Amino acid sequence: MAQRTFKIWRGNKDGGEFKDYSVEVGPGMVVLDAVHRVQAEHAGDLACRWNCKAGKCGSCSMEINGKPRLSCMTRLNSLPEGTVTVQPLKTFPVIKDLVTDVKWNYEQNKRIAPLKPKPRDADGHHRMMQEDVDRVQEFRKCIECFLCQDVCHVLRDHHKHDQFVGPRFMIRLAQLEMHPLDTADRIPAIRKEYGSGWCNITRCCTEVCPEHIGITDNGIIPLKERVVDRYFDPIAWLLNKIRGKK
Amino acid sequence: MADLNEIQTLEHDVLVIGAGGAGLRAAIECAARGVNTGLVCKSLLGKAHTVMAEGGMAAAMGNVDARDNWKVHFRDTMRGGKFLNNWRMAELHAKEAPDRVRELEEWGAVFDRTRQGLISQRNFGGHRYPRLAHVGDRTGLELIRTLQDHGVHQGIHVHMECTVLDLLKDGDRVCGALAYWRDTGRFVIFKAKAVVLATGGAGKAWRITSNSWEYSGDGLAMAYLAGAELMDLEFTQFHPTGMVWPPSVRGTLVTEGVRGDGGILKNKEGKRFMFGYIPAKFAAETADTEDEANRWLKGDKSARRPPELLTRDEVARAINAEVKAGRGSEHGGVYLDIASRLPAEQIKRRLPGMYHQFKELAEVDITKDPMEVGPTLHYFMGGIRVDAESQMTTVPGLFAAGECAAGLHGANRLGGNSLSDLIVFGKRAGAGACDFAASAQAPVIDKDQVEASMRRATDILNRESGSNPFVVQDKLQDMMSHNVGIIRTKSELETAVEKLKELSAEAATAKAHATSQYNAGWHTALDLRNLLLCSEAVTKAALTREESRGAHTREDFPGEREEWVKYNVIIKRGNDGDMVVEKRQRPAGPQPLVEIANSKIEDLEAGKVGADYQ
Repeated sequence: MAQRTFKIWRGNKDGGEFKDYSVEVGPGMVVLDAVHRVQAEHAGDLACRWNCKAGKCGSCSMEINGKPRLSCMTRLNSLPEGTVTVQPLKTFPVIKDLVTDVKWNYEQNKRIAPLKPKPRDADGHHRMMQEDVDRVQEFRKCIECFLCQDVCHVLRDHHKHDQFVGPRFMIRLAQLEMHPLDTADRIPAIRKEYGSGWCNITRCCTEVCPEHIGITDNGIIPLKERVVDRYFDPIAWLLNKIRGKK
Repeated sequence: MADLNEIQTLEHDVLVIGAGGAGLRAAIECAARGVNTGLVCKSLLGKAHTVMAEGGMAAAMGNVDARDNWKVHFRDTMRGGKFLNNWRMAELHAKEAPDRVRELEEWGAVFDRTRQGLISQRNFGGHRYPRLAHVGDRTGLELIRTLQDHGVHQGIHVHMECTVLDLLKDGDRVCGALAYWRDTGRFVIFKAKAVVLATGGAGKAWRITSNSWEYSGDGLAMAYLAGAELMDLEFTQFHPTGMVWPPSVRGTLVTEGVRGDGGILKNKEGKRFMFGYIPAKFAAETADTEDEANRWLKGDKSARRPPELLTRDEVARAINAEVKAGRGSEHGGVYLDIASRLPAEQIKRRLPGMYHQFKELAEVDITKDPMEVGPTLHYFMGGIRVDAESQMTTVPGLFAAGECAAGLHGANRLGGNSLSDLIVFGKRAGAGACDFAASAQAPVIDKDQVEASMRRATDILNRESGSNPFVVQDKLQDMMSHNVGIIRTKSELETAVEKLKELSAEAATAKAHATSQYNAGWHTALDLRNLLLCSEAVTKAALTREESRGAHTREDFPGEREEWVKYNVIIKRGNDGDMVVEKRQRPAGPQPLVEIANSKIEDLEAGKVGADYQ
C-alpha cells in the first residue's frame, strides 16, 4: 500500500484553511474512503456528509481537485498522481469543513406545486405508455446531490438565488410539465417565478450530473421552447391577448 | 445542571423519528388527519436508507399475471418467513399493499409500465408471480422522492440533520425525546403526545453490510431502554449478493433484480450450483433443470421457477457453502452472470444502477463479464414488538414501523416486501399515533432524564482522554462478522457475549476531540451505545433459538425444529438493568389463514381452500 496526501479544507463560516493529511491508500479506494481514514486516524472531528457510499443518495458532494463530484464515486486511480485537493461546494455557505448549508434547495422544492393528476380510468387504473414516461423517468433519476446547482453560473457566480431555481429544480419542473397525468398549467410560473430565462445553456450542469441526466438538452431547453411558444410566438401571443391569458 | 428553560423545546402532537419510507408515510398520515406533526431525520431529507432499495415493492395487483391476489402473496410471505410471521401483519400487508402503491402513483411516482400502460411488475425471490412494482433498479429512490415531494406540501415540520439521543417518559408513557442538531451540536427537547420510531435496523454492527452509517439501531436501543419489548432479533438477513471487490465497496448491494431478470449464479468451475441446493419444502415449485428454468424465464407458465430465485436465506447459505468448499471466485465470492443471459442494451435499460455501480467502482462491465458477489448483512427481520393493527409497542404512546418493527417478515423477509411494509405499516403507525394523541394528556418533561441524557453526550467531549470511537466501532464490526455471521454456533456466540462486554467497557470511555459542531468522532461515539445494545440482543437471541430457521442458522442445531415455530424470542430490560431473554409462546394463527398458508397452490387457486375468507 502507498501513502497519498490529501489537502482538505478545514474551517467554518468564519473562514478556514487547507490542511495536509497523509493516509495509506489501497486498490479500489475512492475519495470518501480517504476522508474516512483521515477522520479515524488524524482528525476525528472532520465534518463530511455521506450515506449510501454507492452513488445513490447524493450526500457526499464536494469539490475534488476543483471539480464538483460525488466523493463516493471518485476512484483515486482516476485522478492524476500526487496530492488530491478536497473542498466544500462553493455555491453554498459552509457549515463546517466539507459540509455546506444546502437548505435553500429544499426551500425551492417546496415552492413547486405538486402533481395534479387527472382522474383514473373507470377500472381504477392510470394508463401511461412506457415511451411516454421514459423522459420523465430520466429526470426522476435525480439523486439531489446538488452538483448541478453548485456549478450553475447563475447561482455560483451571479448569485441569482432569488430569481432562478437552478438546474435541479428546472428538471423537477420539466418532469411535472411532461408527466402524462399532470393537468396543471406550469408554463407561466416556469417563466416568471422559477426563472427559465436565466439559463444561458452552458451545459455545465449536464457535465457534472453523476446520473448522466440530459439536464440542459432534455429538460431546460424544451421548457424554454414551451415558454417561447406561449409568450413569444406572435400568433399565440395574439390569441392569448384575445382570451385574456397572462 | 440543566435549566430546561434554556434548552430549545419544540412541541408536536406526534413526533416521527426517522424519515425513510415508513417515517415519511407515517408523517403524511398524521398531517392528513390534521395533527401537528414533527419529522426528525439524522441526514438531509430524502437521503435515508430507503433510497438504496433497488428491486421493487411487492403488491399483488395482478397487472402482469392475473392469477396473483392477496392470498398468494400472503402465502408466499408466510412460507418465506418460515411460518414465524405475525399472521395478522402478513394478512394486512398483502391486502393493503396494492392500494398503497396506487396512492404513490397519485402522488407522482412513475413506475415502469406494462405494454398496456399499467404498472409493470417483476419477478423476485420467493414471490410466485411477477409482483414487484419497480423503476429499473432504483425503486427506493422513487419511493422516497415521491413521499418527500408529497410530504413537503402537507404541513409537516421537518427537522433535518437532527439526531435523537433518548426517548423521554412521563410515568409509563413516552412523552418526547432529547436530540441534538448536527450542524451546531446544540440540544433540543421534543415534547410529543405520541412518538413513532421509523429508524431501521442495526446493520452497521457488521463489517460486511449493505447498510450505511445511519443504521446504528437507534430506535431499537431507545425503545429497549424505554421499556419496550424486542422480538425475533436472531433473524438478521444476509442478502446473498453484495459486492466483494474492491475492498472499499465490499458489502454494497447488488439487486436481486439481476436474478429476477434472468441472472444466474456460477462457481469458479463455471457450474450453475443452485440446482444442488433446492430444499425439500420448495422442490415442488422449483425447476430442476436448466432447460425448465430457461423456459420459465421466457414466460412458459407450465415451467417452474429457477433455483436462483429461492428465498434469500437459502441462496445466501448456498453461496457461503460454495466458497467454504473452495469453489469460490478470486476474491471470495461467486459469479453472478447476466452478460450471457440478456443483450447489453436490455441490461443497461433494466439494471442501469448496477451497470454504473460495477463500471465505476469495480471497473467491471456487467454486459460483458460476470459480477463477483457474496452475502452481505442487509436487514433486520426482528425489531420492536408491536400491535399488528396500530403498530403500538408495549410502551404506551410509542409506535414503530418499517424495519425497526418486528413481526411481518418472521424468520426471513422476501425481497420487495420491505418497501411495501414501509408504506402499509407507516400509514398504520401514523393513524395509531394520531388516535393515541387525540386522547392523551399534555406531556410533562422530566428534568432528570434530560440531564442524564445530556451528560452522557457531553462526557464524551469533556473527558481528558479515552478510547478512539472509530477503533471501537471497527473492532465491533469485525467481532460481529466473525462470531455472529451467517452460520452460528454456541461457542462463537458465547465468545461474542464476552467480547461485547469488553467492547462496552471500551465504548464507555470513548473520547471525541474538539467541539460538538458537526463532529464525526462525537457522532460515532454516541452511536456505539445503540450498536452495542443491538449486537447484544441479536447475540443473546441467537443463543436462545436452538434450531435453524430462515435467516438464523445454527451449525450445532441444524434444521427447523417443529417445537420452535411455537415461540418468539423476546428481549427486554430487566428491573436491574440487565438484558432479559424470554422464550415466549406465540398465539396460534386464525384457522382460515393457517389453511391458506399451508395450502397447495393448486388447491388455493382452485378455490378449494380459503375461498370464503376475504
